[in-house]
Amino acid sequence: MSNEKTISTRGRIWFETLAGKQAKHRPSVPSVLVADTTLQKERVRFLAIVPDPENRFPCARQGQVGLQEGWNLAKQIRDAIKADENGEKRAIIAIVDVPSQAYGRREELLGIFLAAAAATDAYVSARLAGHPVISLLVGHAISGGFLTHGAQANRLLAFNDPGVTVHAMAKNAAARVTRRTVEELDKLAETIIPMSYKIEDYAKLGTLYKLIDGVKVDSPEPEQVEQVRDDLSAAIADARSGQRDLSDRLQSQGAQKNRIATLVVRQRLAAEWHSN
Amino acid sequence: MSQPTPGAASSSPPTLRDPREYLTRKSLVELNARERAQALLDEGSYRELLGPFERLESPWLLQQGVVPQADDGLIVARGKISGTDSVILAIEGQFQGGGIGEVSGAKAAAALDLALEDAKRGQPVQVVLLLETGGVRLQEANLGLEVIAEINSSLIALRQHVPVVGVIAGMVGCFGGMSISASLCSYLIMTREARLGLNGPEVIEEQSGIEEFDSKDRQLIWGVNGGEQRHATGFADYLAEDDVAAIKECIVQAFGRGIPATHRSEQVDDYLKRLAAIDVSHQLESSEIRKLWSKGE
Amino acid sequence: MERLHFEYAASQPIKQRAHVGVVGSGDLEVLLEPSPDQKAHVTITTSVDGFGKTWKLVMDRFFSHYQCAASIEIHDFGATPGAVALRLEQAVERSQS
Repeated sequence: MSNEKTISTRGRIWFETLAGKQAKHRPSVPSVLVADTTLQKERVRFLAIVPDPENRFPCARQGQVGLQEGWNLAKQIRDAIKADENGEKRAIIAIVDVPSQAYGRREELLGIFLAAAAATDAYVSARLAGHPVISLLVGHAISGGFLTHGAQANRLLAFNDPGVTVHAMAKNAAARVTRRTVEELDKLAETIIPMSYKIEDYAKLGTLYKLIDGVKVDSPEPEQVEQVRDDLSAAIADARSGQRDLSDRLQSQGAQKNRIATLVVRQRLAAEWHSN
Repeated sequence: MSQPTPGAASSSPPTLRDPREYLTRKSLVELNARERAQALLDEGSYRELLGPFERLESPWLLQQGVVPQADDGLIVARGKISGTDSVILAIEGQFQGGGIGEVSGAKAAAALDLALEDAKRGQPVQVVLLLETGGVRLQEANLGLEVIAEINSSLIALRQHVPVVGVIAGMVGCFGGMSISASLCSYLIMTREARLGLNGPEVIEEQSGIEEFDSKDRQLIWGVNGGEQRHATGFADYLAEDDVAAIKECIVQAFGRGIPATHRSEQVDDYLKRLAAIDVSHQLESSEIRKLWSKGE
Repeated sequence: MERLHFEYAASQPIKQRAHVGVVGSGDLEVLLEPSPDQKAHVTITTSVDGFGKTWKLVMDRFFSHYQCAASIEIHDFGATPGAVALRLEQAVERSQS
């Protein structure tokens, strides 16, 4: 991975664009943006993780998901769960553009894995309680960052854009660890779909609800923003009509085609589970 | 068995303290995943599901010139633990560093889901995760990532009904996305040999420099990630000797406690307060955090 | 990575299938099952190329001791001939117990 970490503004752009002027921004830490608003009559809480150059934690200044980000996400989501305890469950929408988790000694000592677990837990708890959890991938969704913020949605949406990548590890690092060149990795990815860095290939795995075409992700036009709002609303409605766990992902065409081994395992394990 | 740490905080890699122990204890660390599951389940109760002869191998490895393992590196074993119906999900750390792939992950996620169905039907089964893993298996990248998200989701759903106990014995430890899973367990048992962390020393050094983390410094590694440190600072519930009987006893004790009133991952206000109270303007040392976050305080 | 096949005439039936080993560095796993005919069939998937002759020697030697009508599948990750021989023996032992 190059030592130059480019600081992305996509998360902030889309958070501010979608939350809009009417949104009520909640007090938080600078790296975790939270705003409540309505989206076509649905109450929503938007969440984004953005770079904070003044982050108390030096290894989390470029938008990485670190300690503060994990625990504050958890807090903001749990506050929404509590507030809606006896009423209608608002949608929780994660705007995702995270280069990775934070890599640092402070992070490991103070339990970044637990901070990540806390956010994961909050997202899952929201989902299980009946809140539609939606993720909109606008940039990077890498590894522990994505697992913490975005991966637990009922419905995942992503822009069909070269700047949108889902992966377990940045390309240079992955090349080094698997002892291949970047070119070799790219070649492998052509036939091994789960290794690809292209969002179109990620879409083939069947976990995405919608791959959104035709949007200028870095500088969206008003009609494009409206389209995205419509897509998010449709996703919320679809989530409300679906399962609260992640089983909907296994029903997709992509899963039927590219996660065959997964489906076989599940079927066979169920058959053997009780037999004696 | 949870043991108090003798003397001053020592964060060197584990060494044998009493030679006589060596003769009587049965190491879990030295066993492979299947052997660990067999050792921990009551004698005669072991029943493996989706075993190697079913050849549910990774569909992605051969094309990359990587030799597959017939069980894809994760063993699902039903049986009894001290007479109670249990399932052990044991990750084989020796196969591709215990990296989670499509099939191994599916076995775990499916087992957790089936255990949930059992619990809802009033026939709960205890699930034990033997975590020996570096996280996502890179050769299956996005499917590994996806299935870890599914495991985490299923774990959270299951632990509302019956405790889920995680065990990290070593020597691979538990890193990457699976460290999140470890932290979601109702109870976590570690040995001194074990390590728990989101990122391994090498990748921290690579990303943030050798000053941040010298990946050759074994004392630092165990001081940060080792079982003793993790137990002392509240990230693990039990520090067990590397001994089958001792670890099994911790497992039984943990299940005996029932579902915790609050899970570690739910203690949001507590941890936000703790983080706010620490001066992170300087680099932190293991001993400093042990003083601040000692168990029981 | 290489795939190798060997066949041997074999008369001794296998009592039960057996599995030993792990596909770890310097190790291998062996799946041993009864063969459908009076022959032994061996399929090897190995991470190290170019050792066909060595594998044949090891297999020839093994089957000179054990004429078992077995279907044997090996997943090898760079084990030494000695380690291979050991795992094969362990597998046979297990199949007879």
